Amino acid sequence: MTRGPSWFNVTSLVLGFSFLYLPILLLVVFSFNESRLVTVWGGFSTKWYAELLRNEQLLDAFWVTIRVAFFSATVATVLGTMAALVLVRSGRFVGRSLFSGMVFAPLVMPEVILGLSLLLLFVAMDQARGFWTVMLAHTTFAMCYVAVVVQSRLVGFDKSIEEAAEDLGCPPVRTFFQITLPIIFPGVIAGWMLAFTLSLDDLVIASFTTGPGATTLPMKIYSQVRLGVTPEINAVCTILVGFVTIGVIAASLATKRQQVKRERDERAAIAGG
Amino acid sequence: MASETSSSAPKRSLGGWALIAVPYFWLFLFFLVPFFIVFKISLSQIAVAIPPYFPAFDLGQGLQVLFADLKELSLENYIFLTEDDLYWRSYVSSVTIAAISTFITLLVGYPLAYGMARSPKEWRPTLLMLVILPFWTSFLIRVYAWIGILKNEGLLNQLLLTLGLIDQPLTILNTNIAVYIGIVYSYLPFLVLPLYASLEKLDGTLLEAAEDLGCPPWKAFWKITLPLSIPGIIAGCFLVFIPAVGEFVIPDLLGGSNTLMIGKTLWVEFFNNRDWPVSSAVAVILLLILVIPIVLFQNQQQKMAEREG
Repeated sequence: MTRGPSWFNVTSLVLGFSFLYLPILLLVVFSFNESRLVTVWGGFSTKWYAELLRNEQLLDAFWVTIRVAFFSATVATVLGTMAALVLVRSGRFVGRSLFSGMVFAPLVMPEVILGLSLLLLFVAMDQARGFWTVMLAHTTFAMCYVAVVVQSRLVGFDKSIEEAAEDLGCPPVRTFFQITLPIIFPGVIAGWMLAFTLSLDDLVIASFTTGPGATTLPMKIYSQVRLGVTPEINAVCTILVGFVTIGVIAASLATKRQQVKRERDERAAIAGG
Repeated sequence: MASETSSSAPKRSLGGWALIAVPYFWLFLFFLVPFFIVFKISLSQIAVAIPPYFPAFDLGQGLQVLFADLKELSLENYIFLTEDDLYWRSYVSSVTIAAISTFITLLVGYPLAYGMARSPKEWRPTLLMLVILPFWTSFLIRVYAWIGILKNEGLLNQLLLTLGLIDQPLTILNTNIAVYIGIVYSYLPFLVLPLYASLEKLDGTLLEAAEDLGCPPWKAFWKITLPLSIPGIIAGCFLVFIPAVGEFVIPDLLGGSNTLMIGKTLWVEFFNNRDWPVSSAVAVILLLILVIPIVLFQNQQQKMAEREG
């Protein structure tokens, strides 16, 4: 296909991407609206952002959410990376198909079922619900996403480097940290970010598993959205969208730079050797 | 590599076993065990207590108590589900709404994926990134954004009124149409990504050959492109359909009071009526409905992986 893109393809790209981005764009634009009426433009203003800083309930919910997301993403990354290593490297063991089923099923399981079942587990364990139960719940479903992301990185990886290290007497744990981890690192970082944003987003599972004093930001947004669209909520959403957009773009630029550097190093190594 | 590692069980060190045991135990405890608890509670009775159910059976109290408890188990909640037609209609309507939305998503997503796969090579990473980016931004926010657009005095109606296309504002919010729009919008990336992957791999020389032999473009599309992209279509449709059946946020925020979806019914049963046993029974049935598409989907993925490997 050396010809330029046809008008049909350009039109479908423009329409498709407008559909994907216009609603978010409108939301961002109207967060800077002077008027309290969300759909009538009353001039540029940042007053809703100033208002947010005075809303302590919202700020509290924001900190709870960030803490839950940070802890659960970190634990989920460790567990998910382990699960990916098991799926790709551990060969056959008793209950392997059950294991891979448990890794992939949460990806398509409706959130209402995951939330309800975890709540009933915590009740059966007589566990007081709050910050920690939300964190455990988020860790569990996020680790499956991490496992899938890291797994795809592990599959396209030259195993002979690891084998060489082990043949030279390097213990497995050290081989992992010195060879495997640096190579799969972009996947691990992407997995952490995915886990973080999934936790930041989640309304349903958090609503089921939370307790007093651990209201997360999506729960707060949800309860206000049910009462109607307000410019404050538009402002909160804009901040969250900005946060995620910057994170994703920064991460993809970093990966790209690392890739370019690695290619240059490899070429230099071949030329030198 | 895969055949080498799976042909024989390798000798495993203590560390190797620990590597398997930790995530295995975690998922077992926090994913599998909870399902059994849901099943157990779906067989128990509602109680005005905290937690609001009578325990159906308790493995901690020895076999005799267990057998006595087993006799107490009842299918009452399941019978209740068949008696009240709210549940039956919720299941049917969830599957219908999910199927219609999946079809619309395919109609919207196919031209987009096709346009991406036929775009110049240097555009593709950026376009791919643009499809993935909305997936990273909050689901709740993306659904919320549509409320301001679709409501009666919302932006869409304002635009249509200004253009003179309509005289009266259209009622879209709080109807099933808003739910379709919400699902199509939220799940579009899930369909576009696998579809793009299969369209991009398509051998362009096949189309050139068809063209050289005098085949008109629409016919070449129908005879070559479409059949070769079927694996991508199937994978994408499953990825939209399965989660859409159990969707809660979209029908709750965009749908109306007569939009029945099982995720919403379960939520109301649990949070508003506080009937844990019945909501557990609803969850068990939902799971049974979804098992078939989930298994079909995993089989298809496996087949695709084998063909490539």
